[in-house]
Amino acid sequence: MQNNKKQFLTGHEVVVQAALDAGAESMFGYPITPTCEILSGWFESGKKCLQTEDEIAAGFGVCGAVLAGEKSFTASSGPGHILLQDSFSMAEAMRLPVVLIVGQRGGPSSGTVIYSQQEVILACFGGNGEGMRLVYSPSNLSELYSLTRRAFNEAWKYRYPAIVLTDGYTLKIRQNVDFDQFKKIENIPPISLVPENKIVHWPNIYTAEEELNIVLENTKNDFENIAKEIISFESKEIEDAEILLIAHGIVGAVTKIAVEELRKQNIKVGLFRPITLRPFPKQELDKICGWKKIKKIIVVESSFGQLARIVRDQLAPEIDASFDYLQKPGLGIEPEEVIEFVKNIKI
Amino acid sequence: MSENLAMPIGRQAKFCPGCGHPIVLMMLQRILKQHNLEAQAVLGLDIGCSLLAWNYLPINTFQTHHGRVVPTMVGFKRARKNSLVIAYVGDGGAYAIGWQSLFHAALRDEPVLVIVVNNTVYGMTGGQSAPTTLSGQKTPTSPDGFTGNTMYGPEILHQVSNPEAFIARTAVNDPKQMLDFLDKAIKTQQAGHFALIEFLSFCPTNWRTKGIDTVKFLEERLKSVFKVGEIK
Repeated sequence: MQNNKKQFLTGHEVVVQAALDAGAESMFGYPITPTCEILSGWFESGKKCLQTEDEIAAGFGVCGAVLAGEKSFTASSGPGHILLQDSFSMAEAMRLPVVLIVGQRGGPSSGTVIYSQQEVILACFGGNGEGMRLVYSPSNLSELYSLTRRAFNEAWKYRYPAIVLTDGYTLKIRQNVDFDQFKKIENIPPISLVPENKIVHWPNIYTAEEELNIVLENTKNDFENIAKEIISFESKEIEDAEILLIAHGIVGAVTKIAVEELRKQNIKVGLFRPITLRPFPKQELDKICGWKKIKKIIVVESSFGQLARIVRDQLAPEIDASFDYLQKPGLGIEPEEVIEFVKNIKI
Repeated sequence: MSENLAMPIGRQAKFCPGCGHPIVLMMLQRILKQHNLEAQAVLGLDIGCSLLAWNYLPINTFQTHHGRVVPTMVGFKRARKNSLVIAYVGDGGAYAIGWQSLFHAALRDEPVLVIVVNNTVYGMTGGQSAPTTLSGQKTPTSPDGFTGNTMYGPEILHQVSNPEAFIARTAVNDPKQMLDFLDKAIKTQQAGHFALIEFLSFCPTNWRTKGIDTVKFLEERLKSVFKVGEIK
């Protein structure tokens, strides 16, 4: 970790610093806006780095490095993120601690290059699997740092691939990051998944349906068991809230500002901000919504309901609060828009 | 042949009768054993018939995805430089779905050994045509005979490879040459360079050939199109 306690850094610089501090030895990447500066920043760090022919090779390169027992990662966005789901799928199947930093951009296809929250479903459930991966959504640069550290640690500790799901805007802004608060984070050491002193025969394809089913059941059970150690969220002003705003990432930060302002105007509104999207803090959300005081749930996001789909899917069916949505895919959301939206809502 | 060619570690082959894969794998094991490299060797498998080698040899082995074994082994080698990495792949995985990665691994002179088993078809999925399918060859996806161009992977890769790289083609009915090329390929990786050997192989199941006709198809058809030897 750098010696200066407080530094004024970009998101890209924060990611590079966090990966270095996490003990990452290598990065494989293909340039795509808005994550190019992570790749170039890693080159500058002097650590091992390969600019690959595409994101497919980047992802599988990370898989190979991880199999050899090295902490390794990649970073990408949009169309590159799609290609990375190929290798991520293998990482999910073989439980390889691959770490991926996603800087979301507008989609579908090439879309725009800076900002959106349209890669939530892809990050959480991409590939031909069941979403057995860890997905973190930071709302500012301090969290971007701490969640990148967590992604490496928890990927290696629990042996699931991990995604830090941020966006181009967060990566390009500068904020003060106080590194003092992270001094106590300890690194989980990597292990050699293909050891040199014994023979491993490791399948990734099964001839019998039953064989695969057993693997899937084990992966799911493990995922559920570790969920309580991983899930995290932020809640604010929920004790007497009648309206619950749910938002993640940078929109979560904006929504928090809106909640503070609305409270000044005596509107009983609270915030639930999932920090882990996989595993999702389901029980905590159920608990808050189950207090019965919550009459309206508003999901605020820069997409046409990708977070809302996860929330509705995870929320206990007996919870009868009605839903409303503030959705602006491809656009940033200002606190004033959230305030206006909430004030116009009928409970 | 010597005891070195006995069935490795007592596993029963899951390959079809008459398949060329077990011959390539046995030669590989023989050369690794000869150089005392079994502990250092790591065998990555593509998907297709190659995947059946997953528990066949007494060396570290894992399966990957179709077309993705080369970039995986590139990553492995970069992380563990003292390993001897072998990317084991069919002609479809190497020259179609995995071509981009294979091409760039050769271009960058990545120190990996790529073993391409060329039987001119997608064997595992029912014998569909591959980049290596011969002109006029009938397959489920070329029922009237293949009309496309046939791909010469090693010859193309030679054009972009480092002069120190080793690129060659042999055939599964020439054990002496197979061992010679494997030996050179291993030494090439140890010297820090890219190596690729294409093995012309049998696929009686999809060629729909029996007995001597299988050997004849390789000897007379494949070898008339694909030139064996070091590509220089």
